[in-house]
Amino acid sequence: MSRQYETVIGLEVHVELATKTKIFCGCSTEFGGAPNTHTCPVCTGMPGSLPVLNKQVVEYAAAVGLATNCTITQNCKFDRKNYFYPDNPQNYQISQLYYPICRNGHVDIEVDGRKKSIGIHEIHMEEDAGKLIHDPVTGNSLVDFNRSGVPLIEIVSEPDMRSADEVIAYLEKLRMLIQYLGASDCKLQEGSMRADVNLSVREMGAEEFGTRTEMKNLNSFSAIARAIEGETERQIDLLEEGKAVVQETRRWDDEKEYSYPMRSKEDAQDYRYFPEPDLPPIIISDEWLEEIRRRQPEFRDEKQARYKEEYGLPEYDIDIITSDKTLTDLFERCIALGAAPKEVSNWLMGDTMRLLKEQEMEAADLHFSPEHLVKMIAMIESGAINRKVARKVFEAIFKDDVEPEAYVEENGLKTVSDEGALRKVIEEIVENNPKSVEDYKAGKKKAMGFFVGQTMRAMKGKADPAMVNQILREILD
Amino acid sequence: MANVISDETMEYVGILAKLELSSEEKERAKEDMAKMLDYIDTLNELDTSGVEPMSHVFPVHNVFREDVVTNGDEREEILANAPEAKEGAFVVPKTFD
Amino acid sequence: MDLMKDTAVTLSEKIRAGEITVMDAAMAAMDAIREKESAYHCYVTVLDREAVLKRAQEVQKLIEEGKLNGPLAGVPAAIKDNMCTRGVRTTCSSRILEDFVPPYTAEAVENLEKAGVVIIGKTNMDEFAMGSTTETSYFGATKNPWNEAHVPGGSSGGSAAAVAAEECIFALGSDTGGSIRQPASYCGIVGMKPTYGTVSRYGLIAYGSSLDQIGPMAKDVRDCAVILDAITSHDRKDSTSVKREGGDFISALINDVKGMKIGIPKDYFGEGIDEDVREAVLKAAKVLEAQGAVVEEFDLGLVKYAIPAYYVIACAEASSNLARFDGVKYGYRTPEYEGLHNMYKKTRSEGFGEEVKRRIMLGSFVLSSGYYDAYYLKALRTKTLIKQEFDKAFAKYDVILGPAAPTTAPKLGDSLSDPIKMYLGDIYTISVNLAGLPGITVPCGTDMNGLPVGLQLIGDCFKEKNIIRAAYTYEQNRGFAMNAPAAAKEGGENR
Repeated sequence: MSRQYETVIGLEVHVELATKTKIFCGCSTEFGGAPNTHTCPVCTGMPGSLPVLNKQVVEYAAAVGLATNCTITQNCKFDRKNYFYPDNPQNYQISQLYYPICRNGHVDIEVDGRKKSIGIHEIHMEEDAGKLIHDPVTGNSLVDFNRSGVPLIEIVSEPDMRSADEVIAYLEKLRMLIQYLGASDCKLQEGSMRADVNLSVREMGAEEFGTRTEMKNLNSFSAIARAIEGETERQIDLLEEGKAVVQETRRWDDEKEYSYPMRSKEDAQDYRYFPEPDLPPIIISDEWLEEIRRRQPEFRDEKQARYKEEYGLPEYDIDIITSDKTLTDLFERCIALGAAPKEVSNWLMGDTMRLLKEQEMEAADLHFSPEHLVKMIAMIESGAINRKVARKVFEAIFKDDVEPEAYVEENGLKTVSDEGALRKVIEEIVENNPKSVEDYKAGKKKAMGFFVGQTMRAMKGKADPAMVNQILREILD
Repeated sequence: MANVISDETMEYVGILAKLELSSEEKERAKEDMAKMLDYIDTLNELDTSGVEPMSHVFPVHNVFREDVVTNGDEREEILANAPEAKEGAFVVPKTFD
Repeated sequence: MDLMKDTAVTLSEKIRAGEITVMDAAMAAMDAIREKESAYHCYVTVLDREAVLKRAQEVQKLIEEGKLNGPLAGVPAAIKDNMCTRGVRTTCSSRILEDFVPPYTAEAVENLEKAGVVIIGKTNMDEFAMGSTTETSYFGATKNPWNEAHVPGGSSGGSAAAVAAEECIFALGSDTGGSIRQPASYCGIVGMKPTYGTVSRYGLIAYGSSLDQIGPMAKDVRDCAVILDAITSHDRKDSTSVKREGGDFISALINDVKGMKIGIPKDYFGEGIDEDVREAVLKAAKVLEAQGAVVEEFDLGLVKYAIPAYYVIACAEASSNLARFDGVKYGYRTPEYEGLHNMYKKTRSEGFGEEVKRRIMLGSFVLSSGYYDAYYLKALRTKTLIKQEFDKAFAKYDVILGPAAPTTAPKLGDSLSDPIKMYLGDIYTISVNLAGLPGITVPCGTDMNGLPVGLQLIGDCFKEKNIIRAAYTYEQNRGFAMNAPAAAKEGGENR
């Protein structure tokens, strides 16, 4: 390749908002119901039904706008986007084109120590579509409207990104902000956060943008990275061959690592937007906006500073704990319950992270109660369990949110603090291992470790290590 | 007639509106649409520069619902009118490649 | 005693006084339908006799228990077939909804039921309310009870004809560009379109969402006010529903217009108006003047631009509103198809009639890429100007007076051949919808062929009381009784 190219990327990120009900009707947004059990005349497009806007959607959208430095459109409206598809029950989607709720924002990212600001063109509110399921028996498709009408915001960035790393950093930043707001759990795998990538290439130093394509169906950070790489290559190859890039929507196939055009003759991509006559405008007064602003939570940067100042945690700990809203919440609730910050931090960073990885879970999936972790920490401190046993208890808390005292009791994990019984066991071990006694007397410190290990094994790990050490010394010295 | 509607336009509008007219219907529709557009073009006699387009006739605004679940499982009624249903879902021709 | 000659108010009085039962009234209506339906075809669906009887018995019981005592208790009524009725098919007079049975009832209909009204059937209409003659119905045309060779008007032609033919005591209609007022005028009854937002649109199958409004069609102004009282509600399910302060439309039934300022737009009496219509309407103005109203002519302006603006807006909204009829969730699906898009196209092409397809295509076109500003935005700007013209007029007048339509009912088959001519028939009614205003039509005589002429009174937004008062005063002082067509045919004098 003789010429140098630059990739230009803009993102359209869809985020499902964490409301209890759909955007225009009182149906539940809960995941996983049997097909069409969370539907009503409104979200299935029955004739004569009418939408009524969920206020919480406006508040979440405005809050995300404030967190991303946007100007809030204080007189905003909904529009209809018209296209036929079976997952779209009215064959139009209620969205925003002319007066989106947020405009002109930015978020700051950092890649390899370089800081950069990514512009946000707009954020608009809209409704999600239903789900199409392939029926392998008949070859038909089945339509489930449970997701139809779930509220979404679409965050449209400026074409400010130049690499997959920047894209991932931008997405992580967005995810963090939105999670902190509690506006969404932002899970890519489950589709509560979805990104469409608009990508073009141009010769390094060129002023004009190249022709862009839009890629859909990207459901993990790694798929996004691969798609950017694949599509960049495809476009450069075209240009090198003297061919033109066609402006089109393409579907990324992550297994084949290639994108395919999605358009057919029957999709004119002419959405005939017009103002939604069934929904009056939304006027966000200065007072309302101020109220939303006041309710904004402490974001990551502020939290990091405070954790350092208030709890004196190392930066490494702070970085990990604040990387996810669920983790931070857990941490803060444990502190509020009186646990020592560093102790809590250790459990979150060590065993929690390890178990998440083993179970292939995201931090957002954590579901144990802080009360149980705090109680377990207290049990360590009181000597009721030792650290080794604690790790076992923690695993049970992590998995099933068990009550630690009851769990320890039921499984007989309580530290044996009956000195007489322990002494008897140790005396026996010392008697049976004269060689090691000699080693110890000869000054080999290792021998001590051997005796402790043997004792713990015999006690099935339940002995108080301090007491074991003390008795051993008494006997051996 | 100032407006002439081409076959291509009719086909394009047919794709947008998901309508397929018989050739007889199409000829009539072309003529009617041209006439209607001529008629609509009389609006150009009006100077509307600087006039705000009015989508809602009254200054009603901020009509909201609270975020409270009010609907239960209405699946049976929702599916009762379906031309074809299976396993609690609406059946449509294949949508996957 | 022919109960079907009663108004809603007089019939309900008899029922509540115990002179007759709700069952008597309901069965009288069912008998009238059985007797006359073959001649007029007012209904798409007549409810099962047993079901009507059962409902009548329930209402009778509630009246006897003192739980229902309003002025509509026990009255049999008909509903235009574009309002959803739970368990009763609702077709919009279209093949595409031939077998659609809604799982819920429209708010306006529910309000009537709460008032003790007994629904007896669903009336015929122009398909999806698109038309002015009720000839575009998939189920066949309705005939004008005054002369069966003529149309009843439309799109609420079935409702108007059913009231005129005494096949119900009153009916609900819907009005997007004149669809209550024009057929009421053609059929010699009283019809009223309230201010946009007064009656909930929830359950009304939309044609032009920003223009549609449900309203009463009845024998006299009093009934209209009573029905409007019953159907008016601030409905949380309809975001465009308005909370009305001081509804109580019955209180406007006052036989007195002294000092009321009435404006007559000169532009409403220009080219295209029938001489008989002009004469009857101007004579009606004299009646009001004689009762003390101050009547004067004025220039309304922009009248001729209302129709093109209306067709852009209504067709654009319709093209989107009617997209949901696609053979997936309800209604007709073509029996044979190849793949998804073919299914869509065949279903919709076979399911919709020609006029509906024509308007959907026009609506899709004016919204399509490159035309939105030139057509749609231009129409919305024109709407702003039309509203401003009315605002100016209502700064001077309490009521605007004019005809409901330029002619009396045309002959069956005469209108559809030239759509623009048909659309021009809506010239006096359409701007009222664009500006969201209330309007009422009252019979004001007959033409040389004995067909009724309607007087239209238009009020400012939320000022229904002005037009009810003027209409009521006119009705009390016009000097003739508007007989039912049957009586008129037998030689009754209407002029």
